[in-house]
Amino acid sequence: MTTAPDRGTTPEAPMLGIPSMPAPDYPSDVRERLEADAREIIARYPDSRSALLPLLHLVQSEEGHVTRTGQRFCAEMLELTTAEVNAVATFYSMYRRKPSGDYQVGVCTNTLCAVMGGDAIFDDLKQHLGVGNNETTEDGKVTLEHIECNAACDYAPVVMVNWEFFDNQTPESARQLVDDLRAGREVAPTRGAPLCTFKETARILAGFPDERPGAVEATGGGGAPSLAGLRLAKGEAPPGRLAHPRGPAGPADQPVPLPGEEAPESHPSSHDMPQSTAASDPANPSGRPADPGPGEERE
Amino acid sequence: MATESPEKLLSPVLSAYWDEPDAWTLETYKRRHDGYEGLAKALAMPPDDVIAYVKDAGLRGRGGAGFPTGMKWQFIPQGDDKPHYLVVNADESEPGTCKDIPLLFANPHSLIEGIIIACHAIRSSHAFIYLRGEVVPVLRRLHLAVREAYEAGLLGKNALGEGKDLELTVHAGAGAYICGEETALLDSLEGRRGQPRLRPPFPAVAGLYACPTVVNNVESIASVPALINRGKEWFRSLGSEKSPGFTLYSLSGHVANPGQYEAPLGITLRQLLEMSGGMRPGHRLKFWTPGGSSTPMLTDEHLDVPLDYEGVGAAGSMLGTKALQCFDETTCVVRAVTRWTEFYAHESCGKCTPCREGTYWLVQLLRDFESGKATKADIDKIDDIADNINGKSFCALGDGAASPIFSSLKYFRDEYEAHLDGRGCPFDPAKSTLWADENKTAHPEVKA
Repeated sequence: MTTAPDRGTTPEAPMLGIPSMPAPDYPSDVRERLEADAREIIARYPDSRSALLPLLHLVQSEEGHVTRTGQRFCAEMLELTTAEVNAVATFYSMYRRKPSGDYQVGVCTNTLCAVMGGDAIFDDLKQHLGVGNNETTEDGKVTLEHIECNAACDYAPVVMVNWEFFDNQTPESARQLVDDLRAGREVAPTRGAPLCTFKETARILAGFPDERPGAVEATGGGGAPSLAGLRLAKGEAPPGRLAHPRGPAGPADQPVPLPGEEAPESHPSSHDMPQSTAASDPANPSGRPADPGPGEERE
Repeated sequence: MATESPEKLLSPVLSAYWDEPDAWTLETYKRRHDGYEGLAKALAMPPDDVIAYVKDAGLRGRGGAGFPTGMKWQFIPQGDDKPHYLVVNADESEPGTCKDIPLLFANPHSLIEGIIIACHAIRSSHAFIYLRGEVVPVLRRLHLAVREAYEAGLLGKNALGEGKDLELTVHAGAGAYICGEETALLDSLEGRRGQPRLRPPFPAVAGLYACPTVVNNVESIASVPALINRGKEWFRSLGSEKSPGFTLYSLSGHVANPGQYEAPLGITLRQLLEMSGGMRPGHRLKFWTPGGSSTPMLTDEHLDVPLDYEGVGAAGSMLGTKALQCFDETTCVVRAVTRWTEFYAHESCGKCTPCREGTYWLVQLLRDFESGKATKADIDKIDDIADNINGKSFCALGDGAASPIFSSLKYFRDEYEAHLDGRGCPFDPAKSTLWADENKTAHPEVKA
């Protein structure tokens, strides 16, 4: 993988024995602006180190991912070592470690969403966009990844774009979604505000309110599933799910014929666990042969 | 079983006006729904009386363990000269769990009112909401609600009475399931990797910044204002003797109408399914979780189990977060368990060897089942590995990882056997999808 040697980007393969130079600092105007933000964040906490997670969101809002420069900035603001900051930055999945797209499209492939169609959506998007997990389209617009349960199981299958909810997706609706994002068309989530870029989202996560008019109010109190019990309690009949919850079937909502026009021979197990582990030595596959001899043991 | 009307079986309290325009604003909460009236009553009581009141009401933690909330508050040492902290666990990440996020999206002020009451009770002047980062729409509403509360004088200077200030900080996490575990959450809030701490000392003695700390789930704290305002007798009139009160049940999966159903504790899955339209047409329930993937799965034999702490416990599982994930007969149990196990392996923080290594090897073996490479001995092997994780790690993530293995082997051992010796998964995943039956329902006459 090639990475442009721009400021602060973590080298992909540091050479053994040659320690990397300290990360360069931000330009002074950027530094000044970020310091003001950082001081505001630090003031929220009785102990400054608590500001580290929001500060990492803040530097991510500056560059789109957490760079060595950003880590150095956090370390200096909090009087930590860069190693301490790096240890935290690499623990949490929301901090990106390489340049990525304006829109992070996350398909939930935890069990319930996967079973309800998340696996099919993720496979379809990989094929449609020509990228794999945690990869970005050539135009720099969309980074595709699979995500874990996002607390919206009553809206399964769920796709998140920059951490706004796109509920009850299908392969067709998800394909339309990424096409719209790449074409620059306005995209509105099922629950959440009209999309802003990944960097702007990171700034909200650092604790700075979204100032856009209407952003907080957008999409109301909740979708039909959120209100399902309340409506029943008020004596309304349950709607029943005779049609797809996204509305009347249009061309984009036609039932399955999945890409490739054939049923997958088996669903993929996972997308982020290393597949070549115990089985990485072809001479010693981890699985048994299809017809093991009597008493044969693996070890 | 007699079928009662949903109006009688359900009891919307927290969700009572989610359908109103601007439900999330202070205006709607305060002016029209008795908002902050529980707070007024609580502030008129001495702190210890508030703790005793919540304890008498019998409110139990809604985050999974069901520990009595009032008792947790009571553990905070009083008269020590240390600051006390309240930390609200809004890191809702347990697979299947989806109650706190809609609650905070539509009704954040119920949480803020509960926080103020709790801080009065435990004599705290600084509270934190640790919200998982991946839910930006909820973060926006929390930012607004906290700002409104400050502007209304409900938070800030003299919020708890003359000379008693209260600060509330909203803190967004950064993506880690383990931070839902209370001690890992505290480490994360201190700006560290989210790894669980060895207990004792418990957070009530040495929590955030080594000071006495209460960590409560969102729904537990949000339930306090109504409890105080309407009274403990009313609260105890709902639910059962040992599990009183109302709670949010989250129905999801292959059901006709997934969603949030707020009811007294002790309702059954059969009642919830009957009133909500049942499983999706033409299918039957195969297995379900009572409270997220970490609670042992149950089957259609357990439809009449009362969904309270004792009832689900007696059925060999746990009430957990009341995340009722329902899967029908098109779903492969081995596939479901494999995916959950991959989740636990991905989310294991790596601190404890049994969990870190055990979940990894479980994934390898389960993938062998799915691809047909497993043999009969592997069934015992996954059972054995799960046994070596269960109860042998600092926190409950390891126990949670073992749950789906044990419970699926208990009820669906034959399904593992059907995967053996080159056969692999016999199910077609396309039949489980949300849209699998659309063709049928749209054109029923085709088959006639």
